[in-house]
Amino acid sequence: MKFGVVVFPGSNCDFDTFHALKDVVGQPTTYLWHKDHDLKGVDCVVLPGGFSYGDYLRSGAIARFSPLMREVRDFADRGGLVLGICNGFQVLLELGLLPGAMLRNKNLKFLCRFVHIRIENNRTRFSHKGKKGQVLKIPIAHFDGNYYAPPQVLEEIEKNKQVLFRYTDEKGRLNEEANVNGSLNCIAGLMNKQGNVMGMMPHPERASEALLGSSDGLVIFKSMIVKQ
Amino acid sequence: MKVRILVSFKDSVLDPQGQTVKNALHTLGYGFIKDVRQGKVFEIDLKDIPRGELEKAIPEISDKVLANPIIEKFTWQIIEE
Repeated sequence: MKFGVVVFPGSNCDFDTFHALKDVVGQPTTYLWHKDHDLKGVDCVVLPGGFSYGDYLRSGAIARFSPLMREVRDFADRGGLVLGICNGFQVLLELGLLPGAMLRNKNLKFLCRFVHIRIENNRTRFSHKGKKGQVLKIPIAHFDGNYYAPPQVLEEIEKNKQVLFRYTDEKGRLNEEANVNGSLNCIAGLMNKQGNVMGMMPHPERASEALLGSSDGLVIFKSMIVKQ
Repeated sequence: MKVRILVSFKDSVLDPQGQTVKNALHTLGYGFIKDVRQGKVFEIDLKDIPRGELEKAIPEISDKVLANPIIEKFTWQIIEE
């Protein structure tokens, strides 16, 4: 599977994501410059973490107007696989490819640490190599990760089983303390209704080799490269 | 012509920054303050355009760019003719 990692001004996880996909997972991977109008024939577009456009206005708000985003939207509409990590997730929310929005973390702190997330739905193109209820140890690094959606939208998301990951403790239990940023329903990652676009705040590329303290993030990349 | 646009969180959305400012004001002794909501102000300098066009354009750019309608609302006014 050919991956394309989008580079915005201010992206800072593009190299890590490229490394994880190309060197660790062993897939052909290329960079996609945000000003181009060319997806270079990739099978999956990854929007990496960072601070696109300095997070001016709102996180991900300006990146959504980058020229390449028109192609990314068409690609997603045609069923193409799109993954947004951290700032990439925020861009997907601003683009409207995923429902909801991000608020500032509940404690108003930038959080950079390992967290535990539980696989809620493993019947997806992003998680089928994992088990339902499996707990993954993956780091987060964000200021605006407090997921919000209006009540009726949230209800819809839950009904359609669009939630892939929730913040839990290391044993997979939901509690206030484990929900580090205050997200509604402890949501750490979710997909669109069609199941081809997914966004998550934790960084799987930073948990893709034992050397990094965890290789739990690989389950996501490994799910994506084989048919469900 | 100048327009001022005020973007703030919808009433249904929690505003942790506003809460923190409120707590700080309480600490300073301003106990009469009931609530604080924090927002953003945009002052936009523009060419003179017909009123009708302006009334269409300002809500449009507020909805499309300046505010995220899922969590934010906006009001606007002309501050300089």
